[in-house]
Amino acid sequence: MVEHRPWLTFLTHAILLLGCLIIAFPIYTTFVASTHSLETITSFFPFLPGRHLIENYQQALTVGSGEVGATVGSMMLNSLIMALGIAIGKISISLLSAFAIVYFRFRFRMFFFWMIFITLMLPVEVRILPTHKVVADLNMLDSYSGLIFPLIASATATFLFRQFFMTVPDELCEAHRIDGGGPMRFFFDILLPMSRTSIAALFVILFIYGWNQYLWPLLVTGDESYYTLLIGIKRMLDVGEGQADWHIIMASTMLAMVPPVLVVIFMQKQFVRGMTETEK
Amino acid sequence: MADVSLRDIYKSFGQNEVIHGISCDIHDGEFIVILGPSGCGKSTVLRMIAGLEVITQGDIAINGKVVNQLEPADRDIAMVFQNYALYPHMTVFKNMAYGLKIRRMPKAEIEERVQRAARILELTEFLDRKPRQLSGGQRQRVAMGRCIVREPKVFLFDEPLSNLDAKLRVQMRLELRNLHETLGITSVYVTHDQVEAMTLGDRLIIMENGYVEQIGSPLEVYERPATIFVAGFIGSPAMNFFEGRASRDGQSLELSGSGSLPVYPHLEPDFCDKAVVVGVRPEHFSLAPEGDGTIKMQVDHLETLGADTLVHGKSGEESSLFTLRLPDIHNYKKGSSLFLSVSPERLHLFDKQSGKRIGD
Amino acid sequence: MEKRVIFKNRVLPYLLVAPQIIITLVFFIWPAFMALYQSVQQEDPFGLKTTFVGLDNFAYIFTDAIYLNSIKVTMIFSFSVAVIAMSTALFLAAMADRVIRGATTYKTFIIWPYAVAPVAAAVLWYFLFNPTVGMISFFLKAIGIDWNFTLKGGQAMVLVILASAWRQISYNFLFFLAGLQAIPKSFIEAAAIDGASPAKRFWTIAFPLLSPTFFFLLVMNLVYAFCDTFGVIHAITEGGPNEATNIMVFKIYHDSFESLDLGGSAAQSVILMFIVIALTVIQFRYIERKVHY
Repeated sequence: MVEHRPWLTFLTHAILLLGCLIIAFPIYTTFVASTHSLETITSFFPFLPGRHLIENYQQALTVGSGEVGATVGSMMLNSLIMALGIAIGKISISLLSAFAIVYFRFRFRMFFFWMIFITLMLPVEVRILPTHKVVADLNMLDSYSGLIFPLIASATATFLFRQFFMTVPDELCEAHRIDGGGPMRFFFDILLPMSRTSIAALFVILFIYGWNQYLWPLLVTGDESYYTLLIGIKRMLDVGEGQADWHIIMASTMLAMVPPVLVVIFMQKQFVRGMTETEK
Repeated sequence: MADVSLRDIYKSFGQNEVIHGISCDIHDGEFIVILGPSGCGKSTVLRMIAGLEVITQGDIAINGKVVNQLEPADRDIAMVFQNYALYPHMTVFKNMAYGLKIRRMPKAEIEERVQRAARILELTEFLDRKPRQLSGGQRQRVAMGRCIVREPKVFLFDEPLSNLDAKLRVQMRLELRNLHETLGITSVYVTHDQVEAMTLGDRLIIMENGYVEQIGSPLEVYERPATIFVAGFIGSPAMNFFEGRASRDGQSLELSGSGSLPVYPHLEPDFCDKAVVVGVRPEHFSLAPEGDGTIKMQVDHLETLGADTLVHGKSGEESSLFTLRLPDIHNYKKGSSLFLSVSPERLHLFDKQSGKRIGD
Repeated sequence: MEKRVIFKNRVLPYLLVAPQIIITLVFFIWPAFMALYQSVQQEDPFGLKTTFVGLDNFAYIFTDAIYLNSIKVTMIFSFSVAVIAMSTALFLAAMADRVIRGATTYKTFIIWPYAVAPVAAAVLWYFLFNPTVGMISFFLKAIGIDWNFTLKGGQAMVLVILASAWRQISYNFLFFLAGLQAIPKSFIEAAAIDGASPAKRFWTIAFPLLSPTFFFLLVMNLVYAFCDTFGVIHAITEGGPNEATNIMVFKIYHDSFESLDLGGSAAQSVILMFIVIALTVIQFRYIERKVHY
């Protein structure tokens, strides 16, 4: 910073540390709870991790909790399929449509562009019932395609790729024409490899988006074998007047947070890039 | 090996006509430079030859075959772009090989051609690098290599040196010239840099506002500029122009307020007693004693270049600055007077109205 | 802005946009029109026939005390979430912008909660504040606060706001920090030479320059609170107790799938849709975004 005031620097660090601790606190207690037996948690809350870590996680992954009827393992797999499906699906169809809009002139081009733009204003939350009906009519309830397809139209991804394609120098395309390549060849050989960093950034964001979906899976899954982990956790909480299996719930919650958090921590550069590029 | 002929080429973007009829025959193996200021349409002409722009009217033929409707890839041309247009994610080798790969050339032959081109361009050790790991000059050479491996009939260059720094530009200019002498492939080269044009071109096409002003060898355009535009565009410092009037007998020129100059050979009767523009290159003035047939210069300021001295001055209060170039170092005070003469064969006369050259 | 170079092909571009357009039509445009259509229809209790009722559904919901309450709750909830998340994030970002050593480490530790799903965040906070097992609820009881959010509406509201805002701090932090770091250091240095204290520099130089980021984030936080927090409400309070946390999106879900009030929930959908559209339009029109068309 501009001037040297040691006590101010110290204070700054202290505040930041405190901030980090407060932000991390709920996760820490969750982790602690996931390592104790149910009796310990419900009697007096412990501050340090216990010895039931492996036992609790094993039970969650292979048996599950209460009446849910699906193991955390299988639900994680569903979450993974949904997250990957959404991320890959959104990126693929957005790349193709952005390519068409930037590199071709055709009737209704702008009309299509605006139609894609409008999807930005229609999050699933505002069209719950009719979308559910469409999916039901298409016989897609309780299926992976029902979980994935309604969420893969994306204006932001299309705009991002469109922006990127606009910055690709025209000369590359001309050089490619002189080299004798056609449009799809240009797409696969030149544009796609050049878009790598944008694709990676977007993938991180969309993976998290897909993994964290809640409302939509809640609507389309009735059959436990298609539950995603987040739906499963909510079901574990629904015990009425009974005692919730807190140790299992906390272990499951940890497992629900681990994949996206790891993605953010290990792909922080792509994550930050993706956030700032897609949102702003 | 090929000749290229442009026959009365027009180009319009919508209602806006930008090329107004250009004809030129480019001979087999010739290095032709299209020179002009930015926006004169020179790149558009090149892009029409390449097939990147549609020809509005007229024909372009390569080796006698009209190519108007052919895709760029089918015209057997190769092009070097101003920004090189290298594929950023491919290595140097892949960049050069890509066009051949699309044409489904056998791998062994691709390898051989790329290696040969790399040898010629001294790129062999860089074949595994990506473009961003190369210097400007090296990228430039990769762009050349991509063309060479194709062994096309015609090379097209769109201001290929303008992104390089001055020193590198001089060096690459020589390399380009040598390469052309080695390969002997018909080349069309677009630039706005007259030094590049003069040193590289067998012939120049000088363009302005979508019209061809002159086609000729570098020496021709320097010694006998066809129009005022060419006269002012070629040569540095630029030619001085004086407005004047040809005498009735066609033997001398009355410069407005700066004296008169003899003309030889005498002017054709058509031009006698007409408004003309007289051009004199700064290097063609010589110092003379005061007297008839001289132009008086009142020194305004000097630029001492070492080998030469540029003297800027006015012929009178009303006149604008003009320039004189003298060998060696001189030191004239501001306001001192010099008298300059020009040998009549060094005068360039232009019709004031049309801007066209008068006489020989 | 248009490309100079284009490919010529009559069929290919349509094939390329087809997947996106089909998905958009089937799952976005069509359902949105269905919502509009249903909002002016009334279905009889047995689902046998529907009749056109004009704006009756809208007229009805705007006289419905539960819906009016829901609007009020949504506003309190959304603005509280936005204010808490943004002020905390701005404070932390201003601090993180000051430090040189360890800045990336702090950044990592502050941004990762964004990866936590809203509903997972809800479970964390639900657990902490759970009246029977929660650590914080023990603490609150120990200092004499009668904590039971399952019965007390105000407490329930506080809890869902905290749970929703917690994860959003990361999001806001990221943008505020990026905004602060984009301010040329020379501005700050010039102010320092003029003798402005760090706090004064922040409020007079950095904060005004951040205002585009500030408004952008305000809109984003409101959209988040309007839509994405469904999971928080669903997991912690289910709109209760006594409608105290019944935000609009939850009420739509509830009326659609539990009360089966089709016309009413469609009318509510349409209203929420217009709110989101209005926010998005504000976003695009008045706040600079990198999208050019």
